[in-house]
Amino acid sequence: MIRLFVGAIGLGVLATSALAADPVEIGIGYLHRAGVKPTLSLVEQPAENDGLAGARLAIEDNNTTGKFLNQHFALEELRLKDGDDAARAAVALADRKIGFIIADLPADALLKAADAVRDRGTVLFNAGAIDDRLREEDCRANVIHAAPTRSMLADGLAQYLVWKQWKRWMLVVGSHEEDKLFAEALRRAASRFGAKIVQERVFEDSGGARRTDSGVTLIQRQMPVFTQQAPAYDVLVAADESEVFAPYLPYRTWDPRPVAGSAGLVPKSWDAAQDQWGAVQMQNRFLKLNSRHMTALDMQAWTAARMIGEAVTRKNSGDPKSVLDFLKGPDFSIAAFKGQRLTLRDWNLQLRQPILLADGRMIVSVSPQEGFLHQVSELDTLGLDRPETKCKLH
Amino acid sequence: MRRCLLAGTASWLAAAWLAAATPAAAFIAYVSNEKGNTVSVIDTDNWAVTKTIKVGQRPRGIDFTRDGKFVLVAVGDDDTIQVIDAATQQVVDTLPSGPDPELFVQDAAGKVLYVANENDNTVTVIDLEKRVRIGDVQVGVEPEGMAISPDGKILINTSETTNMAHFIDTATRQIVANVLVDARPRFAEFKRDGSELWVSSEIGGTVSIIDPAKREVTGKITFSIPGMRREAIQPVGIGMTKDGKTAFIALGPANRIAIVDGASHQVTKYLLVGQRVWHMAFTPDEKYLLVTNGVSNDVSIIDVVAQKVIKTIQVGELPWGIAIAQP
Repeated sequence: MIRLFVGAIGLGVLATSALAADPVEIGIGYLHRAGVKPTLSLVEQPAENDGLAGARLAIEDNNTTGKFLNQHFALEELRLKDGDDAARAAVALADRKIGFIIADLPADALLKAADAVRDRGTVLFNAGAIDDRLREEDCRANVIHAAPTRSMLADGLAQYLVWKQWKRWMLVVGSHEEDKLFAEALRRAASRFGAKIVQERVFEDSGGARRTDSGVTLIQRQMPVFTQQAPAYDVLVAADESEVFAPYLPYRTWDPRPVAGSAGLVPKSWDAAQDQWGAVQMQNRFLKLNSRHMTALDMQAWTAARMIGEAVTRKNSGDPKSVLDFLKGPDFSIAAFKGQRLTLRDWNLQLRQPILLADGRMIVSVSPQEGFLHQVSELDTLGLDRPETKCKLH
Repeated sequence: MRRCLLAGTASWLAAAWLAAATPAAAFIAYVSNEKGNTVSVIDTDNWAVTKTIKVGQRPRGIDFTRDGKFVLVAVGDDDTIQVIDAATQQVVDTLPSGPDPELFVQDAAGKVLYVANENDNTVTVIDLEKRVRIGDVQVGVEPEGMAISPDGKILINTSETTNMAHFIDTATRQIVANVLVDARPRFAEFKRDGSELWVSSEIGGTVSIIDPAKREVTGKITFSIPGMRREAIQPVGIGMTKDGKTAFIALGPANRIAIVDGASHQVTKYLLVGQRVWHMAFTPDEKYLLVTNGVSNDVSIIDVVAQKVIKTIQVGELPWGIAIAQP
């Protein structure tokens, strides 16, 4: 209804440009993973449309531009259920003549989906998986990564901690696979930027309910005990992507120390508090459309859909090959409210991007930090760089 | 202002002598301080802040009315444009802009004001005499830069996320052309003879030269500063001398002003100014150019002929826009 009303106002504009011929239709698929990840913090529990809402906003933005160029973008959503085959879902989208798929899928499912539609020319945009291996040994020529990697996130955090002279870290690692991967990225970051991990501890997930009515009393006793008798350290760095313990650590460590990593100061691609570089307009547009705050996943999906829009606009073509070639080429850059242009690493199709450091209420800093230099782009001080890559694009 | 009028009535020689004898003719510059919610008033005679005016939330776009009697300042977070009486230096009225006004431009007669509203993809048209809103034009995502062609027929609006310069017929208020430029176009400026339209792209890092007749990009100004990473070079404000021979382009976080030859479009010099240099204004005699430095909270004064920074003036928090009354 609202859309119709806006359309009526814009009719004068449409009359001059869009009625000449049928618009170029660009279909973009959106493939969600099954289920929603539970969080320890009730306020951080993701919305049902986490990610998708960002893609929807980008489609609106693309269409505002598209009405001047006789291009129309449409989003086709497909949510997997437990046990559904991502490959089959991707093929179903390709069968509907959809040339682009924004994927919020776990690493293995993403690879299956990408391989299933490779011969169809479909281009996937990874909005949800931060695994480095997808950009390294398991990279694919038809997958562009809008999400940052674990190593980019870890490096963004490490640069700030080193800049702050908090160089002695106590690292606490969860017992799940992704926690170990994040810990590995943090160890690499520490050694790259000159921090020292003075001790590592593992927090075993012994199962149990995330919420109980008397939870705080117990946690208040557990966390100090867990962190006592540590060697001298400046900051506790937690690797807990599984959301088992890290959010319990701030204010409860035995020694009064700040917490960073999976809680406290968190590295991320976006945060609802980001208000620099014109971001307020973006946050306002998002809030108006979705009646909630914008998350990192929303931003990653927005960026993916905007990348498609940008390429279609510049090449005046909705052909996936033309879009992919443009995005890989030297003329592509995108503005995403992070103070500088974002470009693609042509060796593994990872989007270069600054990493925000957020404390849950404010943006504390944005990496790369001043003084971390690079011969090509300072954004390449974040994550695995060209000389280290294991990716071979075919 | 008064000094300038006197000079105008004196003989050319006397005026030249006066200008040589005194360091600057006295003009008044108004600077909007985006974070301070204030406007700093600068006397160009002694290069000092003479007054700080409290205004609404997030003041950015700022300009004099054509008669020089009022200063208009867009206070985006209050969704309005405030009117400052230049005589009393007090806020006396507001204009009904759309939500989140940022930059605006007036027609030659000073009767119609066109405002870019960042939040709802529109350009609002305001009758300046009656101070009422008389229309809207739907444009691209995040409208920002505004310019009007010297013949008054075409209004230019740039949209930051759509990355276009929209050409709007001022008579019909319809878009008649859209020209794609590089990412995040911030500012648009015509040459006085109407032969070229320049549009700065903050994220793209270029200034597009557009032929207003053909309505297409005919050239691009690029920038390269030794030791400065490419991403930090973000062109925003543009100032051109009346003869169109020399242009000054603010490069944002590169902390420099590029001086560009108006004919060849080549950068001839970079001037180091304050941090995150944003917008600029000439004194009416074009002897000085004042530029706002957002992060260092000051204004740099550039001697236009010598092409040198001669002074820095501390103003309020996060200076953004600047306007100087033209006699």
